[in-house]
Amino acid sequence: MAKHDAHAHSSHHNGHGDSHGSLKSYTIGFILSIILTIIPIVLVLNDLLSKTATIVAILIMAVLQFVVQLIFFMHLREEESPRFNLISLVFGLVIVVTVVIGSIWIMLNNAVVN
Amino acid sequence: MAYVAKPAEAHGNGHHDEHHDHESVKVFGFWLFIITDVILFGTLFAVFAVLRGNTAGGPLFADMIELPGIILSTFILLTSSYTSGIAVLQMNKGNVKGLIGWLAITALLGASFIYLEVNEFIHLVHEGAAITTSAAWSAFFTLVGTHGLHVSIGLVWMVGLMLQLKRQGITPVTKRKVTIISLYWHFLDVIWIFVFTFVYLMGVM
Repeated sequence: MAKHDAHAHSSHHNGHGDSHGSLKSYTIGFILSIILTIIPIVLVLNDLLSKTATIVAILIMAVLQFVVQLIFFMHLREEESPRFNLISLVFGLVIVVTVVIGSIWIMLNNAVVN
Repeated sequence: MAYVAKPAEAHGNGHHDEHHDHESVKVFGFWLFIITDVILFGTLFAVFAVLRGNTAGGPLFADMIELPGIILSTFILLTSSYTSGIAVLQMNKGNVKGLIGWLAITALLGASFIYLEVNEFIHLVHEGAAITTSAAWSAFFTLVGTHGLHVSIGLVWMVGLMLQLKRQGITPVTKRKVTIISLYWHFLDVIWIFVFTFVYLMGVM
């Protein structure tokens, strides 16, 4: 396909709210991700909180960074309905949470029985 | 994002739109692959969570993990996720040179990440923590190694795509491929956030 055609394609693309973000949104996501990476590092290296509080805090930071990258890097909020991307992601996460929490739970019970 | 298939919109030339829709279905198909990969990593995280304490009298994570190098890798991968986003922006502007340039920077950052990871693994094995040492280290190498393998495959793929972009320029097909690889790259960074938190930060505590 000719180059000008490709360009026309891209403007057609953006014309329907089908954009893939702007420099601003990528930069905001990048800065937020850096902050959400530095906070847990500082918490862990300086032993600022009790062990349980640290674990909870760094897990919250990880999940927040996940959400930040979904929104600012992967543009999940810009999806038009029906939101198949979001639905399939939620489906995947339900399986992951079930597998991870379920494994930990059942193996902890196993330890008690033994 | 709207990576999803949409009903054909009536404007311009029909063939063009059909093509466009076809490409967005492929992007959605790749999104579904990513979801299955999320489940793959979920099971590896579950294995790691269950086995992390089973060190069989061997070395402990807390004694072996050297956080400064891992922090460096984390920032390298995060930056590469950002630069792959800029590559997509260059593509949307129709700038092939900028697109290839930012993809090259992304690939270089990815290669540095892999270099640091391979060095870390060699170091660990020399210090007596190999994949056969204990269940905990098996889980460690499987989880971290699977992520590293994904990044390595992404690198080969990215180099191939840069060559194709050089020959063919920005077409609906190469556009879809760039969209997909940047999606893949962001996904690898997301997985790394959890590897970094669960394996490394919680490992040194």
